[in-house]
Amino acid sequence: MFDEMLGSGDDVRPPYRDYKSWLDRENVKRLHRKSADAEAFFRKTGITFNVYGEDEADERLIPFDVVPRVLSAREWRKLSKGIEQRVRAINAFLYDIYHRQEILRAGRVPVELIANNEAFLPQMIGVNPPGGIYTHIIGTDIVRTGDEEFYVLEDNARTPSGVSYMLENRETMLQMFPELFARIKVQEVSNYPGQLRRSLAACAPPKCEGKPVVAVLTPGIYNSAYFEHSFLADQMGVELVEGHDLKIVDGRVAMRTTEGYTAIDVLYRRIDDEYIDPLNFNPQSMLGVPGIFDVYRSGGITIANAPGTGISDDKALYSYMPDIVEFYTGEKPLLENVPTWRCSEKDQLAYVLEHLEELVVKEVHGSGGYGMLVGPAASKKEVAAFRAKLIDNASNYIAQPTLALSTVPIFTKKGLSPRHVDLRPFVLVSPSGISITPGGLTRVAMTKGSLVVNSSQGGGTKDTWVLEE
Amino acid sequence: MLGKTAASLFWMSRYLERVENSARFIEAGFRIALTRSASASDEWSSVLKSSGVLQAYRRKHVDFDSVNVIDFLLRDRDNTNSVMALTKKARDSARTARTALTREVWEATNESWITLNAAMAKPVREQDLPETLGLIRNQSALVRGATLGTMLRNDGFNFLRLGSFLERADSTARILDVKYYLLLPSVALIGSSVDNVQWETILRSVSAHRSFRWLNGPDISAQAVADYLILHRQMPRSLTFCYAKISDNLNYIDDNYGIKSRSGELAHEICTDILRRPIEAIFDYGLHEYIADFIRANNGLAAQIETDFNFHDRVG
Repeated sequence: MFDEMLGSGDDVRPPYRDYKSWLDRENVKRLHRKSADAEAFFRKTGITFNVYGEDEADERLIPFDVVPRVLSAREWRKLSKGIEQRVRAINAFLYDIYHRQEILRAGRVPVELIANNEAFLPQMIGVNPPGGIYTHIIGTDIVRTGDEEFYVLEDNARTPSGVSYMLENRETMLQMFPELFARIKVQEVSNYPGQLRRSLAACAPPKCEGKPVVAVLTPGIYNSAYFEHSFLADQMGVELVEGHDLKIVDGRVAMRTTEGYTAIDVLYRRIDDEYIDPLNFNPQSMLGVPGIFDVYRSGGITIANAPGTGISDDKALYSYMPDIVEFYTGEKPLLENVPTWRCSEKDQLAYVLEHLEELVVKEVHGSGGYGMLVGPAASKKEVAAFRAKLIDNASNYIAQPTLALSTVPIFTKKGLSPRHVDLRPFVLVSPSGISITPGGLTRVAMTKGSLVVNSSQGGGTKDTWVLEE
Repeated sequence: MLGKTAASLFWMSRYLERVENSARFIEAGFRIALTRSASASDEWSSVLKSSGVLQAYRRKHVDFDSVNVIDFLLRDRDNTNSVMALTKKARDSARTARTALTREVWEATNESWITLNAAMAKPVREQDLPETLGLIRNQSALVRGATLGTMLRNDGFNFLRLGSFLERADSTARILDVKYYLLLPSVALIGSSVDNVQWETILRSVSAHRSFRWLNGPDISAQAVADYLILHRQMPRSLTFCYAKISDNLNYIDDNYGIKSRSGELAHEICTDILRRPIEAIFDYGLHEYIADFIRANNGLAAQIETDFNFHDRVG
């Protein structure tokens, strides 16, 4: 078991030395008080999320832990280079898969994986997104198992969430422990909203006249991530719109203002492809804008992320990512993939069924930790039930070894105690380049021994520090 | 600004104003219940009527027991206009308009919801009522203070103010609508049961009993009370005061947008046609009819504002 603060032994690892020496001299009571303050602060600010399937009135706080997760500048360089390479490959892959499909012709990815995939949008074939960018925003999930071992767990290329927590966690730490930041030099994260706005504006569509009008599209106040949607709109200084605020006027997507309709140039949408346009996709959708996809195709609006990017973070494709990176960049992947069994392939399924108790099995299209099996943590009954589901619809699943995720201590009533973590850095892509905010969102499983860090499953968060050189 | 955002700001402040008015009504009613238990039922019935929830209450209860009425007005889930329901609606509106509010205003609104939720998780006992009503008043004051102290004076601020004053005018008019018979000269002529306490209760329900005394001394007459609530220019809950503010805010919006809105004209018409009559003329016309006219005109203006500023998508 690798602990990021203590390594495998009892020596504090270098990135944590300054913090640990500060912590050792801190009054424990004060830390407990600060923990309680942080919770009150989040509640007061309304940094809450709604849990699906529970009472609508039930807004939960995501637990926040006061011990930061610290990465050295060297570790971050290694990570960010690897992420950048991967994101470049993903954009190249998306362009290719919606145009000539060279990678299929070359036989590096099986045709049926694309052809039979719901995440592949035939409507996007031949469409050129403004600025050539498909994924304006990506949240790459990274896990760590040792000093030098980092793996990419998922490439969230649709509408990754969590960036507001990255920003608010830092704000909270700055307010609670100003003296820490005077002593330890941590790289800034607070310019993310400004960069996001610039990077969205840089992808304005051909029909944009003058300064690009940017807006954020949300499903509304009952969506689990509404806080983040309003936070980002507010921080960028742009309107937060819902489907019923929008209408097609003179071939543009326009928002209803108190003074009439105003055209939008770039729409940062936080709703899934399926729902953005009832005329072109799911006709039942009440969240989207009828006809927006036609405006998109005619160069009247930029949709960020582009429709159809889901094919690149589809779990069925995940195991091909190393090939994809190599195919488009001509380089070996700098960051490793987690070894993955494809349940769609007979011999691999057989292995998975034999080793269910040791594996993590995920739905190909699932997210948020729903519908997955963590073998070692599941009861015999749960494993048996899952086995039946798996046999029934094998191609719907992939399996991975249960990684010994690294731990970082959290501050509990009894003092420091290690908990498993992952990391989601946020990547912005624009025609002028790729930028990755140093750090990202560290999610932490608050229950001892648990490997599930998803906030929808009770996971918490930590401030993530990347030290200055 | 988005039409939806303007609508949310407008409704957020209407709900908040309604919460505050409810607290005032309950306070005035509770006082009667304590001091003149024989009149308590009538008084609670008027309070429920002024709040527009008498029918909903009747579906649930037969008599006007203080405990039931208070619980219904504060927190009953069957009352869509209970203090709790309104506070939730105000917060939902504030969340929808979050990007148009300062952090201070949002936090005050959010905290008010959190605080009142906690205070009213269980039925409020009679002995705790004054404290709870005080809490509601304080929370309103915090939101209002944050609004006045931190909001940019732009169209968003104007929509907030329009909501407050339209709601307040409606509330004052409703009290007059329910209690007009106490103010009729004919009743005074009969000179029997109607007395200062009834008039004072009317003043109390708009928190104006003290200021009224400062201005009028100890003498209280029906006409003076009606005059104070309808025509007084300085009384912050009078119809005339509210309309001065409504006109101002519509003018600011018109100037800002470079338009002459129909709502602006309508507000002006209400000021000149309805609110510039002397009190004697109002009584000659008939106080009840007059108030009914006003309520209709006030509702008409609210609808016109919704139309002029694209609160909703118009079909077609």
